[in-house]
Amino acid sequence: MSNPIIALDNINVTFHQKKRTIEAVKNVSVHVERGDVYGIVGYSGAGKSTLVRVINLLQEPTSGSVIVNDETFFQADSEGAKKTRITNNDLRNRRRKIGMIFQHFNLLNERTVTENVAFALQNSELPAKEKAEKVRDLLALVDLSDRAEQYPSQLSGGQKQRVAIARALANDPEILISDEATSALDPKTTNQILALLKKLNKEFGLTIVLITHEMQAVKEIANKVAVMQDGEIIERGSLLDIFAQPNEQLTKEFIETATNIDKAIATISAQPLVTNLKPNELFVRLSYVGDTTDEPLITGLFRDFQVTANILYGNIEILQDTPVGSLLIILAGTAEQVKSAIATLADHHVVIEVIKGGK
Amino acid sequence: MSKWFADTFPNVVYQGWTGDTGWLTAIGQTFYMTFGSALFGGILGLIFGMGLIITSSNGISPNRTVFWILDKVVSTFRAVPFIILLAAIAPLTKLIVGTQIGSTAALVPLSLGVFPFYARQIQVALAEVDSGIVEAAQAIGSSFWDIVFGVYLREGRSEIIRVSTVTLISLIGLTAMAGAIGAGGLGTMALSYGYQRYANDTTWLATLLVLVFVLIVQVVGDILAKKFSHK
Repeated sequence: MSNPIIALDNINVTFHQKKRTIEAVKNVSVHVERGDVYGIVGYSGAGKSTLVRVINLLQEPTSGSVIVNDETFFQADSEGAKKTRITNNDLRNRRRKIGMIFQHFNLLNERTVTENVAFALQNSELPAKEKAEKVRDLLALVDLSDRAEQYPSQLSGGQKQRVAIARALANDPEILISDEATSALDPKTTNQILALLKKLNKEFGLTIVLITHEMQAVKEIANKVAVMQDGEIIERGSLLDIFAQPNEQLTKEFIETATNIDKAIATISAQPLVTNLKPNELFVRLSYVGDTTDEPLITGLFRDFQVTANILYGNIEILQDTPVGSLLIILAGTAEQVKSAIATLADHHVVIEVIKGGK
Repeated sequence: MSKWFADTFPNVVYQGWTGDTGWLTAIGQTFYMTFGSALFGGILGLIFGMGLIITSSNGISPNRTVFWILDKVVSTFRAVPFIILLAAIAPLTKLIVGTQIGSTAALVPLSLGVFPFYARQIQVALAEVDSGIVEAAQAIGSSFWDIVFGVYLREGRSEIIRVSTVTLISLIGLTAMAGAIGAGGLGTMALSYGYQRYANDTTWLATLLVLVFVLIVQVVGDILAKKFSHK
């Protein structure tokens, strides 16, 4: 396997305010592979913005090493000594290959859409004609050709973000950093922007680092997820693993925001069907990932064990083209039969959680 | 008509159009002092104001020492009352322009008097430029000067025009005081030829002309500020 395109190792970022010391990022290491869409999730103040700003040195770390495309941008040991740092001139050139988009778009208000995109090309060595052509192509890519001569104030939030994406892509970057880029947008627009990012990842192999507090956004496009809290990464893994088996409480909370399964459990638990559960009944939650779902497990339960399954709620997400599901069901049958049924389900890698047993 | 005018405003007529004490001369001197010192004081103020923004702790090139020096220079010059500055820097004025009386001599204290005011105005105007835009420019790989000219001065253009209008108007006020070093202009007309000679009509006309000048500057400034704003 080739080296990661972004390697942040043992990154610490400490801010000194008058009498306080704030450790925004504590000994965090993140490796992003080429072609990844790496989602970093956390509440505001978790340090995720600070962490991604380390990648292009908009935020210089206190210690740690920053290696992008096998080039060391920054290195300092834990005492903050022995620094090596890329020169400012080189940094400016490298930054052109790292696009960045922001929550509040940060477009130049006094320039038209075309001029905003062209601004990113002012240091490019392309001849003027090619620059103009490039800007036109980029605007076509983000579907804004008809807005070329308008000013940002005349655009909607989603359009502004698309201009920002076109600007970020102007120098053909290999990496795109998205800093809460969809957090100020409505759900529909959010999906459009995420679809565009997904397209850029798939078609151009653009590596994306996405930070957000919305698990929904990560769920749509990320293949890897890290959860950040108080300056530390508390859990990380592939999107599927994190969704199927979250370990940390915070991770579970974030997943809940995207699936609403806990809310469903609470609602259904209050139903007579569950409150008056019969002695031979069991209210359970089944969670599964991928292939399992290809087999007709639920029908099999009755066929093989004479256990009936009453499905009260189901949520199936397609993550990375793989189904990830949660079912809330009431299993009914003799204790023996139910036990065998559960064992079979477990054999098929279905996670079973008994929420309530009948009396 | 002209006889009625000459009878009602004898002192106005007495001053004449041209000559050392004529109306056109006075208007010309006021223009000369206002725009001349606006040029020098403006450049100086822009540099200091820009410098304060760039070197401040959250600027694009933070530098505590430079910021401290710029800040103190601006504060010190602002603290000196203009009428005293006129007298206090007379030797410097003589060194620079070779004389310490007249309109040209007034340019030195006027420039020095207006620049700290303008620097603070520019500082406030540029502070309005969204730091997120500056950060986006840095992320794009813009150079220091790209950010100074392409972001700060361009994004702040409308606001800069607005504060320049305010500064120009206060500068017109300062030129009136320059009469104290024999600079002439409408201030001298109103005070020396009007007030001190009990020639109220002269004072009033001079006042009226100053008002018209201020009004024109204000209107033009507002139009330009609006034209350059796309927020």
